[in-house]
Amino acid sequence: MEKQIAGKNITVNEEGYLTNLNEWDKDVATEIAQEEGITLEEAHWPVLEYLQNQHKNEVALTIRKVGKSGVIDIKGFYALFPGGPLKKASRIAGIPKPVSCI
Amino acid sequence: MRQVVILGAGTAGTLMANHLTKSLPQNEYAVTIVDQRKEHHYQPGYLFIPFGIYSKEDVLKPIEKFIPGKAQYVQESIDRVKPDEDQVVLANGEVLPYDLLIIATGTDIAPQEIEGMDGPYWRKNIFDFYTLEGALALHEKIKDFKEGHLVVHIAEMPIKCPVAPLEFAFLADAYFREKGLRENIEITYVTPMDGAFTKPVATAKLQHLLDEKGIEVVPNFSIMEVNGEAQKIIDYEGREVSYDVLVTVPTNMGAGYVERSGFGDELNFVPTDKATLQSKVKPNIFVIGDATDVPASKAGSVAHFEGEILLENVQRFLDNKPLKAEFDGHANCFVETGHGKALLIDFNYTHEPVPGTFPIPGLGPLRLLEESRMNHLGKLAFKWIYWNMLITGKHIPFVSSKMNTAGKEYAEVTA
Ligand SMILES: Cc1cc2nc3c(=O)[nH]c(=O)nc-3n(C[C@H](O)[C@H](O)[C@H](O)COP(=O)(O)OP(=O)(O)OC[C@H]3O[C@@H](n4cnc5c(N)ncnc54)[C@H](O)[C@@H]3O)c2cc1C
Repeated sequence: MEKQIAGKNITVNEEGYLTNLNEWDKDVATEIAQEEGITLEEAHWPVLEYLQNQHKNEVALTIRKVGKSGVIDIKGFYALFPGGPLKKASRIAGIPKPVSCI
Repeated sequence: MRQVVILGAGTAGTLMANHLTKSLPQNEYAVTIVDQRKEHHYQPGYLFIPFGIYSKEDVLKPIEKFIPGKAQYVQESIDRVKPDEDQVVLANGEVLPYDLLIIATGTDIAPQEIEGMDGPYWRKNIFDFYTLEGALALHEKIKDFKEGHLVVHIAEMPIKCPVAPLEFAFLADAYFREKGLRENIEITYVTPMDGAFTKPVATAKLQHLLDEKGIEVVPNFSIMEVNGEAQKIIDYEGREVSYDVLVTVPTNMGAGYVERSGFGDELNFVPTDKATLQSKVKPNIFVIGDATDVPASKAGSVAHFEGEILLENVQRFLDNKPLKAEFDGHANCFVETGHGKALLIDFNYTHEPVPGTFPIPGLGPLRLLEESRMNHLGKLAFKWIYWNMLITGKHIPFVSSKMNTAGKEYAEVTA
């Protein structure tokens, strides 16, 4: 479905995750972050960029992987994206919701 | 002679040794299988040990009893694999060259990954039941436990047999009820997931059972540390849960030699093509069972289904033909719910567990996602099937390695 985000028509799925990373930009991220109750600051961007790069390389993401990335540790990740950091950060980064392992 | 080497003689390695010695011409191929152990562990049986239903003898048999005579068994710890040289180095320094390698070294608990878990309180009031030692120690604790707070906990996903901690909670509820102690014992289920299970239809059903049994669920709990002194677990957001007895499923990791060999992911699982089961390390290395990073359940039933697929692909690889067989992620698990009942779930990469009949569409006799005595008998029968059919590489009648969608009640097919 289509949704107005930061004045643009963006395609998202029923849970509000972008379906096309090419439609993502920093304004879109900022607005989605606000919906999640997060104000994006300097420290958020490298994390979002890391997530996008992993997604482009088709690496399945886990909190542990983010914690070992050298970009941020797990505690810091929770502090930046409280209440489900991987899900929230993925949505803000414009990548699909991480599939929970079975 | 071309050399086929299998690492690990657990569920998956043993069944592959049986498949391969039956299928590969004996005058062209030598099959060698390596494991550090003398005994094969029937891990699904660990679940019943804390409650005194099974003892040690029920879950152990000599490994060599299940290794076919045509394969050579080497009892030694694996030090590393050298993919560039097509060699395995054992802890005693011995080198095994291979033409084709199958990795089947499974996963084990890693309590040292969580701060405070592995300390002075480990196996005093912090227990696991994913190892034989853990299950036996927990039995000693539980049999005298009369009042307090029992917390059943999952550290992080993925874990093998992801329904086992739920089964543990159900069995604990039944155990203390039957002893007339349930009113004095609070049971809480703490999980890093959104709910009781990962798939929506099954989660709803299991949540209902948890409510019925008075087991509280604390979801989305990502553990940061165990404070053994204060008897509480703390998550990354500062939430705390106190316990008198903590039954945890620690982080599950692949074998340490995978890391030493330089090809594991952050949990030492081996990157593997989820359809063909060929590793992404090198074409002549295949992976099966809990050791892979494929997004399927880590379960004995999955290893069994993968085995039939892997056999075909290994044969194709050795004959220089393109790989063909594709694994669909098929898993089939009995979930013990206590008081002599169980439910059964059947699912794959794309289809979540739903109600229906199994294994014969429309007939059963087993009902999917529904508690019954018949399913409990199925779970007990699984032990016999495991020792006599599963690890010996026999085909289980009516149950195919690809999941059957017939006889199942899908609301919509998830693609
Ligand atoms: C409590 C519990 C309940 C379960 N219940 C069920 C159930 O009801 N149904 C079901 O289908 N599955 C169940 N499972 C899961 C099932 O037991 C596993 O998924 C299955 O055994 C995986 O097989 P595998 O061959 O991949 O690994 P394993 O059977 O674990 O075998 C791995 C082998 O590799 C060896 N090894 C590891 N590292 C080395 C090394 N460095 N050197 C030498 N040898 C090494 C080990 O000694 C071991 O023998 C349960 C598991 C647990 C713990």
